Formats: sequence, C-alpha cells, structure tokens
Amino acid sequence: MHHRTPKLAFATVAALAALTLSACTAPADAESTSTAPVTGDMPDASAPGVGGTAIGFITVGPKDDYGYNQAVIEASAVIGEAFPDMEILTAENIPEDDTAVSTMEQMIDRGAKIIFATSYGHLDAAEKVAAAHPDVVVVQQGNTITGDFLPNEGTYFGTVYEPMYLAGIAAGEATETNTLGYVYAFPIPQTIANINAFELGAKSVNPDATVVAVSTSSWCDPAAQREAANSLLSQGADVLAQHQDCTKTVIDAAEAAGVFTVGYHADASELAPEGWLTGAVWDWGPLYTDIVNNILVGEFTGGPYNANFRVGYKTGTNPFVLAPYGPSVSQETKDLIAEQQEWLGTADGSPFVGPVVAQDGTVKVADGEIPSYDEVDGMDYFVEGVVGNLAG
Amino acid sequence: MSILLDVATGGVRGGTSILYAGVGETVSERAGVINLGTEGSMLGGACAAYIVAAETGNPWAGVMVGALAGAVLAGVHAVLVVKKGANQFASGLAVLFLSLGLTSLFGSSYVGRTISPFEVWEIPGLSSIPIVGPVLFSHDPLVYLSFVMVPLVWYVLFRTRLGLLVRTAGERSEALEVHGYKASRVRMGAVIVGGFFAGIGGAHLSIAYTNSWFENMVAGRGFIAVALVIFASWSPMKVFGGAYLFGSALALGPALQARGIGVNQFALHVIPFVLTVVVLAALGRRTISSAPAELKRVFENAPSGP
Repeated sequence: MHHRTPKLAFATVAALAALTLSACTAPADAESTSTAPVTGDMPDASAPGVGGTAIGFITVGPKDDYGYNQAVIEASAVIGEAFPDMEILTAENIPEDDTAVSTMEQMIDRGAKIIFATSYGHLDAAEKVAAAHPDVVVVQQGNTITGDFLPNEGTYFGTVYEPMYLAGIAAGEATETNTLGYVYAFPIPQTIANINAFELGAKSVNPDATVVAVSTSSWCDPAAQREAANSLLSQGADVLAQHQDCTKTVIDAAEAAGVFTVGYHADASELAPEGWLTGAVWDWGPLYTDIVNNILVGEFTGGPYNANFRVGYKTGTNPFVLAPYGPSVSQETKDLIAEQQEWLGTADGSPFVGPVVAQDGTVKVADGEIPSYDEVDGMDYFVEGVVGNLAG
Repeated sequence: MSILLDVATGGVRGGTSILYAGVGETVSERAGVINLGTEGSMLGGACAAYIVAAETGNPWAGVMVGALAGAVLAGVHAVLVVKKGANQFASGLAVLFLSLGLTSLFGSSYVGRTISPFEVWEIPGLSSIPIVGPVLFSHDPLVYLSFVMVPLVWYVLFRTRLGLLVRTAGERSEALEVHGYKASRVRMGAVIVGGFFAGIGGAHLSIAYTNSWFENMVAGRGFIAVALVIFASWSPMKVFGGAYLFGSALALGPALQARGIGVNQFALHVIPFVLTVVVLAALGRRTISSAPAELKRVFENAPSGP
C-alpha cells in the first residue's frame, strides 16, 4: 500500500540522486547543527547582511492568529535568544503591496541588514528592497524567485505536505463517514499539494476516504470559512482540515459540531480538546537560525539560501512538524505514523510515489517514480479521491 | 440536505450581519446622510463585542458594547459631516480607517482568545417545520432579534412622529426648521442609530457566527450593506430580502464546491459583487428617483460636500 518496496533498480537511482542532493546542500547541513552565532574569524564586512544591529521580520497577519504569522513571530523570539546582540524588529499585518517596502526600509533605517519577508505575496516587495539595498539580505518565505537571483535575495520553505500526509493517516483512521472536509484559501501549488497528500495519507489506511475541498478565496475571512465548514458538515464530513492563515474559526466549527479536526500552522489543541487529531505545525527556529548564521559569516551570496531553498524530511530540518496528538488517536495509529514519517525521510519515501492519478484519470506520476520537491512545488491538479474543482 | 436548503440557511446565517448594517444605513440615509463608515462601525462592533464577551463570558454584554462601539464610530462621522460640513464620502472612509487602526490595536491581544459565543437556539415547534424550520428557526438569538428589530425600525420610520422627523430631515430639512426642530440633531441621531445597528451586525459576525476576532474580518460586508440600501430603495423590509440574497450568494460557492460541482470558484466568489453591480445598473434610475432628496444633494454636490 505504501510503496515501501520499489524495484531495486529504481532504489539505486534514488539513492544516487539523494547522494547528489546531499552533496549540493552540504554547506547548509554543516551549519544546521550549530545553534549559536558563529564567532571566530571576522566575516567579510562587505558581504550583504553583515554588520547590522537588527533583524527584521514582517508578517501579513496578526502575531497571535493560531496560524502562519504566530509561528513566524514565535521563531523570531528564538532568533532573539540565539543572537542576543541583535535587536529583533517585528511588524505584523503588513499588506502585500508597497507598504511592505516602506516597512522594510524603516527596519533598515533602524539597523537591520537581514530581513525575513514571510508572506507568499511579499515577494515583489522583497525583491524591490533587495535591489535598492545591496548591503541587506532579504529572504522571502514560501514563494519562488524566477530568473536570476540578486546576490542578496533568496526564498526558503519547508515541505508541509509531508506532515499533512501523516495527518491524513490519522484522519483516515478516525473518519466514520469516509468524508474528510478541507477548507483552503486559494488554489496554489502549496495548498493543492497539501490537499493531495492529505487524501493519499488517508487513502493509505482507508481506501474509501475522500477529501472534499472548499476554497474561501481569502487567507483570512472567518465568515467565509465558517460557511465553508457548514457546507462540509452538511455533506457529512466528520474531519475538518484546513490551509489558510487564521485557523481558529474552522477548528471552532468542528469542535462545536462534535467532529474531528486537523490543525494547520500552530498547535490549537486547546481550542478542540475533544476533536483534535493532530496537524502540520511550524517550527521555524532551527531554519531561521541556520539562515542568519550563514548570512553573518558572510557566505550568503552563492550559498544554499541565495536560491529557492526547499527542505523536507529527506534533506534536513523540515520546519513543518507534526502537532501533538489529540486524545482519540490510538497508539496503533501513532506507531503507524511514526513508521511512515521515517519512510518519508528515506530516498524512496514520498506521499507522491507513483502511480499518482489525477481526478480526470490521467497518470501524473508514473508507477514507482518519486517527484522531486521542486516538481511538487508546481502541482496543479487534484488527485483521484479529492472532490473539488480547480479554477478552469 | 438539498443544496437549495443549504444555500437558503447559509443565506440567513451569513446575511444577518449585512441585514443589521443595511437597516442601520437605511435609517442614516433616510435622514440624508450616507455613511461609508458602516464597514468601520461593523468592525468596531465585531471587535468590541469579542473583547467584552471574552472578558465577561456574556455574549449579551458583548453585543451591547459592540452596538455602542458602532454608534460611537458613526458619531465621529455624524460630527464631521453634520456639524463640520465635511464631505460625506471622505468622512466615511476616514472613519473606516480610524476603525481599522483602533480595532487592530485593541483587538490584537484577543485574536487567540476564546469566548462563550451565542449558541443556536432551536425554537420548539417552529424549528421542526420542514424547510422553514432549518432556514429560519435554527439560528442564534441575534438572528431572531433581527426578525423583531427590522419590522420595528420600519414601524418607527413610517408610523411614528419620530420617523416622520427622520424622513423629513432627509427630504426637506427646511420644513423641520420651520416647525422648530433642528435638522442637524435629527441627522446626528439617525447616523448614530445607524452605527448602533452596524455594530450589532459586526457583533453577529464575531460572537455568533464565527466565534473569532481577526483584523479586518468584516471583509467588505459593510460596503455590501451600503449598496444594499439602494437596492432596497431605502425600505427596511426590502433590506431583509436583499441581505438574504447577498448572504445566499456568499453561501452558494461553498455549497457547490462541497458537492464537487464544477464551477469556476473565482466566478463563484465574485457573484455577490457582480450582483451588486447588476442590481444597481438595472434599478439605478428608478431607485435613485425614490432616494431621499437631501441624499440626492450629497451625490450632486459630492465634490464640495453637503
């Protein structure tokens, strides 16, 4: 069922690929073990990002949304502890327009030479600031830079669909109606990959499980989320999962209706003491620390983060981790998930081991193949078993 | 449940905040003042209600304070336009931005808080009627309150002396002055009452419908309410139909998607706004001719203010 025994030839190829991959990311791996600021040799003072007195973080939403933004702000505090000489500047609720540019420039005025622009839509602003301030490193969370990279910009992200696949296993075991509801913001590759992985995880333990996906066309519109949750509940969904910035509304709706819920971004188990299963939550601290270290030693330009850096269970510290389990998850399920998590970290483990079949029946990943992180980043179809439609 | 039943139920549930705000705006516009700050009053109501519900554990206290917050914000608009003669459009938007800032400031520490929200009250007998029961009588108490409040507003506006004063302020303010009333006071009162209702609408969003507070969570519903008043040709009872129609349009998207019906979701989400434009275009000339006379002056004199 889980494709843990691929053909030998393929395993060899995958192992070679993994070796190549780990060689490429060696500088990052070497530093991922260090958690304190690097001291010793003075870094090249002219390198971008070196010599600042502050580190800036901008978020598109509020700092305590049980979600994406809260996770960023929590991790910025980790950076504050790891780099006590640096002032940590945070700015919440920054729109994805030129407001973001002026906010980042204010941070630069206050001594920041490292800025984390953390919303998908902050990329344009981040690129503008990077172009205008060659001495400042701007890294952007979750989007992808196309074309050539400036020496002082990059993007980074985790592979959230890996823990969502694991959460799908918990959901597939929990459901009695075999209908899993999924409220998501917009159909972008990230949300699509999550929904697909969730369905494939559920299907791995429950062949009849379907995921019904409803979009709200907003990263945070609680009333639209509530209506989406209601529509899913009326279709018999007994697990609600989601992907948007503010997650409280859907969790509340699930708990009030007495169904299970799978969280996203942050551990919100206290909002659903009965129905909480697990979720995919952020732990950005280690990756942020690695990025800041890499910048401060003057090695950003040309390094792993001066690129579209993606990390998952296979390649190191995935900033996405599985949330603590709720009371209804059995030990058997937990053991199975632990086993599957280990498998995802191996060369031949992936939620998307072929054959992956799209809704319309076309084979998107051939039998036995494993798409790379980059390929999953471009996913634009729902898999078989997902009910829902992508804008045509 | 059939899709129609889902959409109708969702229409009432999701339309109630728009209904309250639309009825409030009707009162304001009947007195000759258009208030684009309705969105801001809803936000203020949503935020204040959530804070008070979180602190006191009592949603009724929340909705009271939410209504007052909406009224205070509308009061700012009333002072600016009635006392100071400011441009009504500019003032309304200024109040919206003021509210965005204030609610973001005071609300930020409540985003993660939980509350005891309004619960759904099943009404014995009524709730079990087929179709009508689930659509109208399986809701929170603020929905039921609107069933009483909206006809009450209609009654006051059209069957009482007070209502006559409000409508005269909107039609021929000189007539009020002749009889010794101050049109400015009547207008101030109407705008503030309008904000009070918008505040209840906002409270419905935060402490009855979603049980959450997030910055800017009203997400344009206040502007839909302002458009709706024209759509309803300044009649509180017609606002009922309009608000539920908009609510249903908002509920249609999720209902279709949850059934896997293949419609372009971006098209679905734009329905309420397309509906607004279509209705305004179709009814525009006729409804504008029934607009309160003083309100028409606002539009005609827009650049220089009333």
